[in-house]
Amino acid sequence: MRFVIVLIAALLVSGSAFAVQPGEVLKDPALEKRAREISAGLRCLVCQNQSIDDSDAQLAKDLRLLVRERLVAGDTDDEVERFLVQRYGEFVLLKPTFGTHTLLLWLTPALVLALGGIGAYTAMRKRPQPAGAALDDEEQKALDELLSQDRSAS
Amino acid sequence: MLVEAGHFALALALGLSLIQFLVPLWGARANDPVLMAVAPTTAVAVFACIAFSFLALTFAYLNSDFSVLNVVQNSHSAKPLIYKISGVWGNHEGSMLLWVLILALFGAVVAISRNSIPMRLQANTLAVQAAVTIAFLLFILTTSNPFTRVVPAALEGQDLNPLLQDPGLAIHPPLLYIGYVGFSISFAFACAALIDGRIDAVWARIVRPWTLGAWAFLTLGIAMGSYWAYYELGWGGWWFWDPVENASLMPWLAGTALVHSTVVMEKRDALKVWTILLAILTFSLSLLGTFLVRSGVLTSVHSFAVDPERGTFILGILILFVGGSLALFAWRAPMLKQGGLFAPVSREGALVVNNLFLATACATVFIGTLYPLALEVLTGEKISVGAPFFNFTFLPLIVPLLLLLPLGQTLAWKRGNFLGTAQRLYAVFGISLLATMVMFAFTYGGPVAAPLGIGLGLYLVLGSLNEIVSRAWSKGTPLAVAWRKARGLPRSAWGTAIAHAGVGLTVIGIAATAWGIEAIGSLKVGERLKGGDYEVRLERVIPRVEANYREEAAVLTVFGNGRELGTLETMKRLYVTRGMPTTEAGILTIGLGQVYASIGDAQPDGSIGVRLYHKPLVLLIWIGSLVMAIGGGISLTDRRLRIGAPAPAKTMPPNAVPAE
Repeated sequence: MRFVIVLIAALLVSGSAFAVQPGEVLKDPALEKRAREISAGLRCLVCQNQSIDDSDAQLAKDLRLLVRERLVAGDTDDEVERFLVQRYGEFVLLKPTFGTHTLLLWLTPALVLALGGIGAYTAMRKRPQPAGAALDDEEQKALDELLSQDRSAS
Repeated sequence: MLVEAGHFALALALGLSLIQFLVPLWGARANDPVLMAVAPTTAVAVFACIAFSFLALTFAYLNSDFSVLNVVQNSHSAKPLIYKISGVWGNHEGSMLLWVLILALFGAVVAISRNSIPMRLQANTLAVQAAVTIAFLLFILTTSNPFTRVVPAALEGQDLNPLLQDPGLAIHPPLLYIGYVGFSISFAFACAALIDGRIDAVWARIVRPWTLGAWAFLTLGIAMGSYWAYYELGWGGWWFWDPVENASLMPWLAGTALVHSTVVMEKRDALKVWTILLAILTFSLSLLGTFLVRSGVLTSVHSFAVDPERGTFILGILILFVGGSLALFAWRAPMLKQGGLFAPVSREGALVVNNLFLATACATVFIGTLYPLALEVLTGEKISVGAPFFNFTFLPLIVPLLLLLPLGQTLAWKRGNFLGTAQRLYAVFGISLLATMVMFAFTYGGPVAAPLGIGLGLYLVLGSLNEIVSRAWSKGTPLAVAWRKARGLPRSAWGTAIAHAGVGLTVIGIAATAWGIEAIGSLKVGERLKGGDYEVRLERVIPRVEANYREEAAVLTVFGNGRELGTLETMKRLYVTRGMPTTEAGILTIGLGQVYASIGDAQPDGSIGVRLYHKPLVLLIWIGSLVMAIGGGISLTDRRLRIGAPAPAKTMPPNAVPAE
């Protein structure tokens, strides 16, 4: 089932599947670690559902260098993200922000769980008691008859 | 000629499917056994026609018949034999043909199934199955005909996408499709029950093996795809939350819920309406997956609008069947009788919780996959929903489910005792907690997720083991007796325990990825790159020319703690016909972990970029999935699922001569 994505990826991505190049790695391991973490949350805009950390498209490389540049310049993680969102729109974030336009997206899991839970609970509570449906007149009469026969027999 | 015959057989199959749809449906209404008996016969005939058609296309591929457009576009005379075969389904038209082939295969198996399926149920089921077949045959014949000829014939083909030229991907689609399409049978049985207005434990007993089988294949298919992505795409990830992956994960989650709810229905005659709905939803999600992958809507909403013919057609099928079956459900479900009472704390209650969490997880994947598309269509706003979103929302749903799993498995039917059940698991809790703490102490300062996750996985494995042990052994039982008792447990009990242990193994494998180590460097021949306890040395770079590609292979020697462990080879390939480069990762398996290396571009100074990973216990991710599928398979061999099958004769009459 991955054919399509692979096809698209293959068309868009030239060069080998080799994302972060040796030359890009920052000297400071702590800073590099932050850069990697930020990169994993940023979309390679020309790829299909790939983070810039995974992609070897030229644009992804440019963005990776940009992230590292900002970090070296002393930006916090949030500042780097804000900078990129300003430049490329929210599309660049793989985890969308919480807002009116993503309300349904973020709340669905909780809503489904809560409503499903309530639904299952009430369905379990209001189940008919084992006694089941009441007998109608005819059945009641038949039952009474049988019972009286029983009594008279004993 | 054979190609035209294949095309004709497909058209014939369409005609036969129409008969298989209309006649039995009428027969079931009119209660006419002769008309109902048309269903199994036509189902087998439809399968025969589609199988012939499929073989005709395969034959064209094997012969490199470049007068067929589909072969020209996806094959090459120099391609290895296995990829000539897998090339049949390595493209849109062929994969749709495989889709209906499997659909018809399932129909045929229901038709000749020796399990005593009541006649009306069988007729209605095969009619519904035929309706699906009709829709997809129409789709193939009108928009995706694999038998189109080209005049004049091409001299050479354009080769199969190189990424698909891989043994893993040769078998991945058939496995996945058997799973996907297999749920069509549960769907057809559900619709048949609704049409008939009757449903009972016998229904559940008949449907369960189909669901279980489809589920096991889907599990294998997804695992296979994941392992393929891991070694082929070259950066060592094994799950990307890609919409195409999600398309197969959604039916899997719903199918997992369905496998569990049918247990409740079969054993306790409860959850009927929900099970029916779930069967409908599971196949609907399979259809949705087919739509997402086949329509091109994922690439972008625009590409869908540019070439809308196929996409709109599948969307139509999707709406027709999802809408139709849900309408049928809304109309008939209230007439179904509810049965089987149970207390909230009971095995049934636990399975309801299981279904609740799985359904929510499924809904989460659903909304995450489709929300960006919907938002763009409705408001034009573009957002991305990727791995960080899914990890953030999916994990909190799955972890509680897994924590409850051993408890639910141990609870009694009807009315359980929570504390008593927890007591039966105290050794399991204790060992897992202790193991987690020990791992914590030894890896102090490392990632917290790994010990916690491995502890959880261990808890699942031990919990499953405990279930078998506690059913076979109690204090004072001699081991021999316990062993006999354990062997005498129903196969479904073993299947359940094994599948759940498989979940535990996968969880351990996933958790251990947090301990993974990655190193990047550029190496000249003779230089070394170190990542954690492992180190590689670049020995040489060999250029090679093969039939349909050229490659540069880097040979690396792997050292662990300074000791030589072996060598691995990683390649950069160029497939000549398409001019497309690929990376082949080099993998050295050490126990359950792997040292994984891939090479990048040559640097200006003559060195070559190398990416090195050590992934401890990574194989458990797929071994666990395999174990899950095996558990499902063992459950399938349970005696009660074979009711109606003639028992094999234990002893042969003395003078009987075996048939020649």
